[in-house]
Amino acid sequence: MTTIKTPRARRPRKAGRRHPLASVALIAIGLLFTGGAYAAFSTGTALATTDASSQQTIAQGEKLFAANCATCHGLSAQGSSEGPSLIGVGAASVDFQVGTGRMPLQMQGPQAQKKPVQFTVEQTAALAAYVASLAPGPAIPAAELLNASGDASAGAELFRINCAMCHNVAGAGGALTEGKFAPAIENVSAQHIYEAMLTGPQNMPVFNDMNISPEDKRDIITYLKYVEDNPSPGGLALGSLGPVAEGLFIWIFGLGAIVALTVWITAKSN
Amino acid sequence: MTTITTREPVDDQAVGAKKSGGFTASAANYIDERTSISGAVKELGRKIFPDHWSFLLGEVALYSFVIILLSGSFLTFFYQASMAEVIYEGSYAPLKGIPMSVAMSSTMDISFDIRGGLLMRQVHHWAALLFVAAIGLHMLRIYFTGAFRKPRELNWVIGFILFILAMAEGFTGYSLPDDLLSGNGLRIIDGLIKGIPVVGTWISFLLFGGEFPGTDIVGRLYSLHILLLPAIIVALIAMHLLFVVVHKHTQYPAAGHTNQNVVGYPVLPVYAAKAGGFFFIVFGVVMLIASLFTINPIWNYGPYDPSPVSAGTQPDWYIGFADGAMRLIPSGWEFVWLDHTYSLNILVVLVVVGLFIVTVMIYPFIEAWITGDKREHHVLDRPRNAPTRTAIGAAGVTFYASLWSAASSDIMATHFHLTMEGVIHTLQVTTLLGPFLAFFIAKRVCLALQKKDREIVLHGYESGRIVRLPGGEFVEVHQPVDEYERWKLVSYNDFKPLMLRPNAQGKIGPAEKVRAGLSRWFFEDRITPVSQTEVNQAHGDHPAEITNK
Repeated sequence: MTTIKTPRARRPRKAGRRHPLASVALIAIGLLFTGGAYAAFSTGTALATTDASSQQTIAQGEKLFAANCATCHGLSAQGSSEGPSLIGVGAASVDFQVGTGRMPLQMQGPQAQKKPVQFTVEQTAALAAYVASLAPGPAIPAAELLNASGDASAGAELFRINCAMCHNVAGAGGALTEGKFAPAIENVSAQHIYEAMLTGPQNMPVFNDMNISPEDKRDIITYLKYVEDNPSPGGLALGSLGPVAEGLFIWIFGLGAIVALTVWITAKSN
Repeated sequence: MTTITTREPVDDQAVGAKKSGGFTASAANYIDERTSISGAVKELGRKIFPDHWSFLLGEVALYSFVIILLSGSFLTFFYQASMAEVIYEGSYAPLKGIPMSVAMSSTMDISFDIRGGLLMRQVHHWAALLFVAAIGLHMLRIYFTGAFRKPRELNWVIGFILFILAMAEGFTGYSLPDDLLSGNGLRIIDGLIKGIPVVGTWISFLLFGGEFPGTDIVGRLYSLHILLLPAIIVALIAMHLLFVVVHKHTQYPAAGHTNQNVVGYPVLPVYAAKAGGFFFIVFGVVMLIASLFTINPIWNYGPYDPSPVSAGTQPDWYIGFADGAMRLIPSGWEFVWLDHTYSLNILVVLVVVGLFIVTVMIYPFIEAWITGDKREHHVLDRPRNAPTRTAIGAAGVTFYASLWSAASSDIMATHFHLTMEGVIHTLQVTTLLGPFLAFFIAKRVCLALQKKDREIVLHGYESGRIVRLPGGEFVEVHQPVDEYERWKLVSYNDFKPLMLRPNAQGKIGPAEKVRAGLSRWFFEDRITPVSQTEVNQAHGDHPAEITNK
């Protein structure tokens, strides 16, 4: 913190350095700056959880980090040959990766896979607070952006243009190169969808707020929640996988049933 | 006088019929007196059809086509083939206020705002998938039983053209809703056409009325889809069925089945009832599927827009083999010559798939030329009794299946946790080597089955009962095969490789040499049917047979 304070505090003061109140003013300005910066920083990182920024939470997060994450990401989250640096990834990234069970990583592979979540909500928040305390980064989104109350048709259009080429128009997922894949987005919480867009986990590109505004992100979530909450009007959706699933179905079940019936119809003659 | 005497009994008959048969008879008589239809009814009604489940597959295709016609007519009442832009204001919330073509918007209305519309759309689409699938299975049955042999070669060609037309119908229909999926499909076709040297760009502009996508294509495809293609299909189906009547139906080899007879049931009353009932069964299955399972959810895909492409964008299953062929071509197969790029990745696909299609279409003529067989065949081959043909078929199926499954390479990669590259490379190998392996395995299996049949005819089934003869010898009792079964096992055509003979000028032409070579390849490995002498001999000196008797 002193490293932040000293250069900024000294720069504007060139004349009157030797004034008797100079050192007092210097200390006052220094404290104001650090306090202000810290306040701005902590409100940015922890909008959702009020106590996430407390020193106690951060200390708890640091302990959890040292025990569960440091093997790959390094003791001060500086990264190693096994895992990337987490300085500046922000609370959103930690909340997504840990909150969906992708981290701690189960095994090395083309990309981290979803698995049962390993930490409680409080522990995840503590980890997020710790990583967020290292450097500023994307924060966990505010609740009003996650309530799926936006414009579903605008969201659907944005989704088709920005997301569907990997995730499929209905969010059923799709293949990428070298064994990587875009996962299905059914039953993913609004918060995790938002965080994924914001931080670009695994092979996903980052859609920052300049690219897709928070309101647009809310629209996309609104569309995805609409698809999730409203079953396909045509009946069972066959995984929303498109013509492959339909073709497989007609050959195995459609034609299978028909052939069974032809056998039944002609069976009498034997 | 004679005129009077003949008239009187006629009148008597008419009156008598009225009294004895009631309304049905008099109605029949009324119609017959005006159309002379009794001749046709007598002829067709006594037509015999053999009973086997595999003979109903063509009927399934026919019935699916009828279902498609009925549901399609319903859809034409509401569908508008226009690419004019409108703002969607229908019931489906996630598309409200989105600009789209009238074609897409009317399809959305059919799906959400017209009573029974979505069901009819799904009936139409599921029946279309079933139509082509049933044709495919029907063709496999015809091929593997040799039903395409003389005199049915032309009917094979007609049937094959129907298969191609069915695919064309499917593709034009797939493109009509003007949703994202169909637009992507059209874009691929556009790319394929533009990849043809010299004429490609011209054809593409002619087809789309300018640069893709233009505003014409949906209307043009609609005309083809509901007018030209169905008309040709109906005409060809009529010819196809006429040929079935003219040729009589084939039958499987069994006791009493010969080239001169047809063993089965007459159309009236048995087959007409069965086939009529079967239509409703097929209709019922399609309705059940259509009411329970979503097909082509255009509301997910949204209106066509050239920029987005969805993951898992595939054609309907019957175009999959062509899509897969394009996925299998390694990247970068193109060269520049005289300032023009030649896309081998497209040209190779067009040539290979085109050759494959033409070969399948003319296969009956190829086989007839190789075997030199000019006889009529009304009794089917058991697949094992034509090992080389069966093996060629297995190779063709493997080739097609490899191309076909390549169209779902991305779905296989995600669902079986494989890499895309791994799936593609594996399928590249199976496309090139699989057919040879399938040929070899199928041929060996056929020959082995023929050997087993031979063994059964000569020595009967192993009964597992060991008997000690008075002399102390142990023998296993063999259960002799009954005469009906033996008929099936021994009655098949035996072919020998053609002899190379000089023609009238005393010369052997290169074509003849090729033919003799192919004939040798066809019939070199063969198991001859058991002859009467062999049967007599086996029964004469086989102690087990005697003890059993």
